[in-house]
Amino acid sequence: MTATINLPTILRAHAAGSRTIEATGQTVGEVFAAVSTTHPKLAEQLISPDGSLPVFVNVFVDDEDIRYLDGLDTPIASGSEITILPAVAGG
Amino acid sequence: MIRLHRDMVTAMLVHAENCDPEESCGLIATDPDGILRMVFPLTNALRSSTNYTIEPREHFRAQRHADARGWEITGVFHSHPHTQAYPSPTDVRLAPDPGWLYLLVGMEDRGHPVVRGFRITDGRISEETLEVQERNHP
Repeated sequence: MTATINLPTILRAHAAGSRTIEATGQTVGEVFAAVSTTHPKLAEQLISPDGSLPVFVNVFVDDEDIRYLDGLDTPIASGSEITILPAVAGG
Repeated sequence: MIRLHRDMVTAMLVHAENCDPEESCGLIATDPDGILRMVFPLTNALRSSTNYTIEPREHFRAQRHADARGWEITGVFHSHPHTQAYPSPTDVRLAPDPGWLYLLVGMEDRGHPVVRGFRITDGRISEETLEVQERNHP
């Protein structure tokens, strides 16, 4: 399945300034793995060294936060939109 | 210099008062010309008087709202209920984007809250002059 990935401004530098990129996979994790071959610096921001989702990144498939679905195992449908958002926090 | 409409300042101040004693927070959107178009008052998921995290699903909806209008999310605002309008060490450490505008509502002087703007780049804080406009952009 091919998904469109919407990137926040902070991550676009790792995708030649693109607002969106496309990648294929059956799950969010597979899509991110595909990104690691085309945009390795970007993928480093999406998958922790231990293979988990980084704490300071929020990922939505279409309108749903994948932390409330199956995380990186969340399935992707053809035409799905994956939206990456930075966690926004402070004190 | 950052120009923002009086209504946006009012929205941030009212949100800060409504959330007090917890920190308030929200996002800022600008149009392709760099004009500040909207502040989104959002939920502090931590419900804390000393820290905030913007509720991710509300962040997503604000992003969609901005996308639909061709705007970008270009900043964040939050309140300091008991201290001045200046980025804390935590704000500096967690600043998500060096290109963003950071608006702070300081409520140290309870009767006279203050709004100030900053950039946080590589751990360095620089203040932006804010110009409050009484009339909206066309």
